[in-house]
Amino acid sequence: MSESHELETIEIQLLLEGMFRYYGFDFRNYALASLKRRIWNTIRSERLTTVSALQEKVLHNPAYLDRLLLDISVNVTAMFRDPSFYISFRNKVVPLLRTYPFIRIWHAGCSTGEEVYSMAILLQEEGLYDRCRIYATDMNELVLKKAKTGIFPLKQMQEYTQLYHQAGGKKAFSEYYTAAYENAIFRSSLKENIVFAHHNLATDNSFNEFNVILCRNVLIYFNSHLQERVHKLFYESLGMFGVLGLGHQESLIFTPYEKYYEPIESSEKLYRRIK
Amino acid sequence: MKNTMNQLKVVKNSTGESNKKNFEIVVVGTSLGGLEALTVLLADLPQSFPLPVVIVQHRHKSSQNRLTDFLQKQSSLQITEAQDKEELAPGRVYLAPADYHLLIESPSEEEFSLYGNDFTESGSAAVESIHNSKVPIPNRGTPTFALSTEAPVCYARPSIDVLFESAADAFGEKVIGIILTGANSDGSKGLAKIKAEGGLTFVEEPASALCPTMPASAIANVEVDWILPLSKIAPCLVNLLRIKD
Repeated sequence: MSESHELETIEIQLLLEGMFRYYGFDFRNYALASLKRRIWNTIRSERLTTVSALQEKVLHNPAYLDRLLLDISVNVTAMFRDPSFYISFRNKVVPLLRTYPFIRIWHAGCSTGEEVYSMAILLQEEGLYDRCRIYATDMNELVLKKAKTGIFPLKQMQEYTQLYHQAGGKKAFSEYYTAAYENAIFRSSLKENIVFAHHNLATDNSFNEFNVILCRNVLIYFNSHLQERVHKLFYESLGMFGVLGLGHQESLIFTPYEKYYEPIESSEKLYRRIK
Repeated sequence: MKNTMNQLKVVKNSTGESNKKNFEIVVVGTSLGGLEALTVLLADLPQSFPLPVVIVQHRHKSSQNRLTDFLQKQSSLQITEAQDKEELAPGRVYLAPADYHLLIESPSEEEFSLYGNDFTESGSAAVESIHNSKVPIPNRGTPTFALSTEAPVCYARPSIDVLFESAADAFGEKVIGIILTGANSDGSKGLAKIKAEGGLTFVEEPASALCPTMPASAIANVEVDWILPLSKIAPCLVNLLRIKD
């Protein structure tokens, strides 16, 4: 490792350590390669030149912290993102869920909520929503606040309509929202059984036992230590035969928890706890 | 233009010096016309190729595994889409999955956390026992892939710059970077970083590229080591790495 790399690594360690000790936000076990990129994006947008300069600003001015938090937590999401996942969920998971009198679902790392509302729509169409409770959690209060509104930009509805139908949607997508100016306000019945709550996968513990845990494209931002922690948390929070849904390119194969699950549909990273 | 075709024999003579670097990875970036170009490049890499080859080909976000399947038919090396936390293995070809940035995490960076094994802050006995359980901890000595869905770079996700910069970060001078045909300037910054770290840089000769924009941009921004027609790139690599069949 060259000297400049070494210094950069030390500076980043100090920044993350400072953020944790002073504000309680723990990014110390995030995957470094992409975290480093996002930290540098913030440094440039704040017109600074070093990680240490950013550290000084963040520790002395909470406004910088808020902006850094938004920049380094990735909140990319879409309704019915990866439509094939929803098809598999309908075909392979819904039949399992029908056998339960009550269904608890944990959507971990829900961001601004698009994928939570997508799941609520799917469950309504399958006639299961009345027996479901979806716990949608994120570590970022700002995105949770947005998720709770159930209001999304109208201009995205064309794309979402397409994805909804690719995902096996059964109705006209426009039945689910009312257009108002630039916004699409989703039917409040979709929100009825969703509990939005603050939860940080890096520091918080289990809070219930679930039949389904969905955590898609969240663990990719963690290093393998933190991934192991979260997989342990999920394992302990899933009932026997509970379902775990991960992102397309995420895998249990590289974790010690692989042997406790069997694939329901491995191409979609849908697993079922068997031990 | 530093090196051209007529200097190819110089490469052969200088392999001794180049070999001292012990290259550890080949990264390739391409967009428009990349399918044809990759077919040529991969067909010419022998089964004994000693390094992992990691490829970003710009493509539509909903494209499925067809690219992998198609390329596999042309190559004797095993081709897969990279998965999060997968270890890089020599002689394997990895494609960046559609709609994700692909990065490389060096093992020292995985170890970087000050409190890597310590989750006692969370106050849970269950969590503290993570590393006491009998489950094996995966080998941490090998670089691994990392994925990200953050914003596109140069309108692209996967972005060539993102892969190349992280490869330069993780492997320093032991990177060989290759830019092939393409329609925008993605990859130029990443190739510059590889060069700055002391790695070796190749660009497909723009005149013979299906779309010259990407190679031309790389040449304009980086003092490229080798500018070669597509068909000469793989043989030159094989020479450099002194692969015997």
